[in-house]
Amino acid sequence: MDKFETFTGVVAAIDRPNIDTDAIIPKQYLKSIKRSGFGVNLFDDWRYLDPGAPGDDHSRRRPNPDFVLNQDAFAATSILLARENFGCGSSREHAVWALLDFGIRVVIAPSFADIFYNNSFKNGLLPIALETTQVDRLFAALGASDDYRLTIDLERQCVIDPEGVEATFEVDAFRRHCLLNGLDDIGLTMQYADEIRDFEQAYYARSPWLERAPS
Amino acid sequence: MAGRTLYDKIWDLHQVRRNDDGTSLLYIDRHLVHEVTSAQAFEGLELADRPLWRRDSILAVADHNVPTVGQAQGIADPVSRLQVETLDRNCERFDVTEFRLGDPRNGIVHVVGPEQGATLPGMTVVCGDSHTSTHGAFAALAFGIGTSEVEHVMATQCLIQQKSKNMRVRIEGAVGPGVTAKDIVLHIIGVIGTAGGTGHAIEFAGEAIRNLSMEGRMTVCNMTIEAGARAGLIACDQTTLDYVRGRPYGPREDHWQQAVASWQDLHSDDDAQFDREVEIDAADIAPQVTWGTSPEMVCSVADAVPDPAAEIDTVRATGMRGALEYMGLEAGTAIRDIPLDKVFIGSCTNSRIEDLRAAAKVAEGRRVAGNVKLAMVVPGSGLVKQQAEAEGLDRIFIDAGFEWREPGCSMCLAMNADRLEPGERCASTSNRNFEGRQGQGGRTHLVSPAMAAAAAVHGHFVDVRELD
Ligand code: SF4
Repeated sequence: MDKFETFTGVVAAIDRPNIDTDAIIPKQYLKSIKRSGFGVNLFDDWRYLDPGAPGDDHSRRRPNPDFVLNQDAFAATSILLARENFGCGSSREHAVWALLDFGIRVVIAPSFADIFYNNSFKNGLLPIALETTQVDRLFAALGASDDYRLTIDLERQCVIDPEGVEATFEVDAFRRHCLLNGLDDIGLTMQYADEIRDFEQAYYARSPWLERAPS
Repeated sequence: MAGRTLYDKIWDLHQVRRNDDGTSLLYIDRHLVHEVTSAQAFEGLELADRPLWRRDSILAVADHNVPTVGQAQGIADPVSRLQVETLDRNCERFDVTEFRLGDPRNGIVHVVGPEQGATLPGMTVVCGDSHTSTHGAFAALAFGIGTSEVEHVMATQCLIQQKSKNMRVRIEGAVGPGVTAKDIVLHIIGVIGTAGGTGHAIEFAGEAIRNLSMEGRMTVCNMTIEAGARAGLIACDQTTLDYVRGRPYGPREDHWQQAVASWQDLHSDDDAQFDREVEIDAADIAPQVTWGTSPEMVCSVADAVPDPAAEIDTVRATGMRGALEYMGLEAGTAIRDIPLDKVFIGSCTNSRIEDLRAAAKVAEGRRVAGNVKLAMVVPGSGLVKQQAEAEGLDRIFIDAGFEWREPGCSMCLAMNADRLEPGERCASTSNRNFEGRQGQGGRTHLVSPAMAAAAAVHGHFVDVRELD
């Protein structure tokens, strides 16, 4: 995983609450056994006027000109702004892979669904929960500008707007640490392998019926 | 010591260590695996040359991509086939137990786990699937995880977790006739909203929950994720024990008493503190029908489609307008006057034997209405299918004009050939009515199995309480 460094990027807004994982990446694309290549199908139902299937040449499909990410000014979007409960629905990590593959590295919303929130950090996508009033303010400012950019500083936990106004956000220390240093969770947990083994021994001694291997 | 909740107790039993930053390393007992969210995890292990920590904690099935007709002939769609074959290959390579397509023990992962006794009280159960919450019906801590976490559990048998807050939803009193577990959970979501449980583990309690069978409890816990909570739990009682005893993966008889003794504590203490409590009167719950594109957009079958103009919250009103437009519905239309094109009885919410019995009871001696192009029944597993056939339920459905299919997720998410065409309207016993969930442009109304069967034979929604 790459280290998360401070950056300034193009912001696109989708003004809807409850943007679910089916909307982020429709299920037909979950048939892939890879982690990459989902970006062209990010928000597929909203992004294209004709239906798509895995393996299609998506460059030949009809893009929906009204959809924000299809507009030239937003082709380089790296920050997405949305309403509450972003990422609700299924556990598919493909939703996070699709956002990242498109180039989005930060999603700002008043709240996130738990599994999506969790999956984001594992892949280097930063979900930022801001107060609803702050999100409202960003929506308004974005609507009033042609070229709106935000700076994301994870080290200082703040979102900085073009006027230099900062909005701070909360993020748990461990996740922040992993993101800033590009650390792999599994390697971290492996440091405790002996503790896990000790735990297991006591645990199965206490509950021997769990030890039975299914066959 | 202050009393602990059921969630606290299971958490404490599985905490390997507590990290300085407040997260915990949590030990995982059971890891259920399916084809859609596992390939990238197995690949990750191979790339890093990491073995499985405990191969016998894993049970795998193919369910999302499988056809529901002619399973013996295999999967025609090459992309789906590759995904299922990848699972087969990974299970072989890593020596993991898999119930393959065609094995009578195969089926939807959340039906198979409990059916085999692979889900037991007091366990931690995970799966790369959000409806893992289903297994909380067994007083287990069960939640969905993403693919990175699937890989993490495979490699370490643990997850790094932040503990959730405790929430309790009590349904006091008894529900009326015709009101099922599905109606209870849809009503709860209508009350607390789809983000109502975010950040919490929800314990369902109260007389109406205690009175449910295990099938009913699984239906309630299944949809916890639709209320925003990753995990839903129900205390262990005699109903739980009766269901679990003698199942293939459950405790051997010589361990049974010891297991039961340790499960006695799997309930919240009387003085346990919850961060949030909601109480609902069971008598208020009518058969439910969703009218929009989020499970919280739900009402009684006796109601009419609500009017966004009457909603004061503007974000909500906009959401309602969008939903009605997508659903092709006018505010004020009586739910009963909504005609249907298709009916789907199945999914991990409602495809167990009790669900099929309830639907068959309504279908018996009736015929699917002429305007309904397809009414299908998809049992949750091969064993549910066998049981239903032994009871003659397949005949009842077929005689009434339903299609009787082979097990799998099917039209719950339409990854296989079973799907809605654009604009088609479906009464579905599944759990999500999101845009496009059952097929692009498809319109889903979530209901109980009895309500779905009744809608099939009338061609529009009817109140099951008024059927003779
Ligand atoms: S039946 Fe539906 S909700 Fe359940 S596991 Fe399958 S796709 Fe997911």
